[in-house]
Amino acid sequence: MLEAQISKTFESYEAAAYEPDETDRRIIQATQGGLPLDARPYHAVAEALNLDVEDVMARLKAMAEAGALRRIAALPNHYALGYGANAMTVWDIHDHMSDELGRRVAALDFVSHCYLRPRHPPQWPYNLFAMVHGREESEVREKMAEIADLLHSHLRSYDILLSTGILKKTGMRFT
Amino acid sequence: MTALTQDTVALDAVDRLLVNDLQEGIPVCERPFAQAASRAGIDEKEVVTRIERLLEGGVLTRFGPLYNAERLGGALTLAALSAREEDFETIAETVNGFTEVAHNYRRDHDLNMWFVLAVETPERIAEVLNEIETATGCKVLDFPKIDEYYIGLKFHA
Repeated sequence: MLEAQISKTFESYEAAAYEPDETDRRIIQATQGGLPLDARPYHAVAEALNLDVEDVMARLKAMAEAGALRRIAALPNHYALGYGANAMTVWDIHDHMSDELGRRVAALDFVSHCYLRPRHPPQWPYNLFAMVHGREESEVREKMAEIADLLHSHLRSYDILLSTGILKKTGMRFT
Repeated sequence: MTALTQDTVALDAVDRLLVNDLQEGIPVCERPFAQAASRAGIDEKEVVTRIERLLEGGVLTRFGPLYNAERLGGALTLAALSAREEDFETIAETVNGFTEVAHNYRRDHDLNMWFVLAVETPERIAEVLNEIETATGCKVLDFPKIDEYYIGLKFHA
C-alpha cells in the first residue's frame, strides 16, 4: 500500500534526494496542479503525456518510496469545513528541550504541523511553531492555553498569529 | 484575497466520508478509487463526480499528488515581511507573482504576511528572497525549518 510507504517521517530519509529525470518532471508538471478527474486517473496522465501507464505508476511509486511524493490525496479548505480559526502559535522554548517538546506538541490532535525554526532576535524570539485549528477564535485560544500548560517550565514567551486572509494557496510548482 | 467568512458548504454523509477518507490518500493502481467507493457505498464514477463538485464548491482546494520539493532536490522555506496597511494589496500581488511562492497568508501581527517558498534548487531560496525584498522594498525574514515533528491529517468534515 502506498499509504504505508508515505507515512514515514522525514527523519527516516537519510538517503539522497530523488533525482527526477525528464519523464518524472513531465509527470510532476502534469499533476502538480491536480490529478485528472477520471476513475482511472493514472491512465489519463499516461495518455496525456504519451507514456505507458505502467511506467507512470512505477515512477509515482518510486517517488513515494523516496519521500518525493508525500501522498496522493484531497486537500481540504479548512474554512469550508467549518474550521474558521486558524492560528500559527509561536513559542520560545529552551533549545535543549525542543526535540522532546516539539514531539509532544505535535501529538496534540488540534495541532496539524509543528516545526522548529530559527529565532530573529530581538524582533522574533520564538523557535517552535505549531499550527492550531478550531471552529472559532475562542477555541483556538483555549488550545493555545493547553500548549502553554504543556510547555510551562520550559517556556519563556509565546504569541498567536491568527490568519486573516488566504492570499495564495497553489502548492509547489516545478517549471 | 479569499474571504475567510465563507459559508460552510452543505455536505451530505457520503461527501463527509469521502473528504475524510481521501485526505489520507489513494493508492497507485489501476483503479485507485475502488476502495473509497466501496467504503462510501457508491461507484468509482460517483467518487470522481463528487470530488469534482467538492473542488468546484471550494470544499477541497486540490486533489492530487502532494510532492515534497526537498526530496526532489529542491528546498522549502517559510518567510515573513511587514507590509504597511496602505501597500498591503500591492505587496501581496507582487509576492504572489513569484511562482516559487506556494502559499501566502495574511496574519494579525506586525509581520503581517507569511509565505512559503518551494524552489527547485536550494540556492534559489536566497535568490528569490532577495528578489522579493527588491520588488517589495520590504525586509524579508527567513524561517527555514530546522526540524519537523509531524504532518497531521486531522480535519474532520
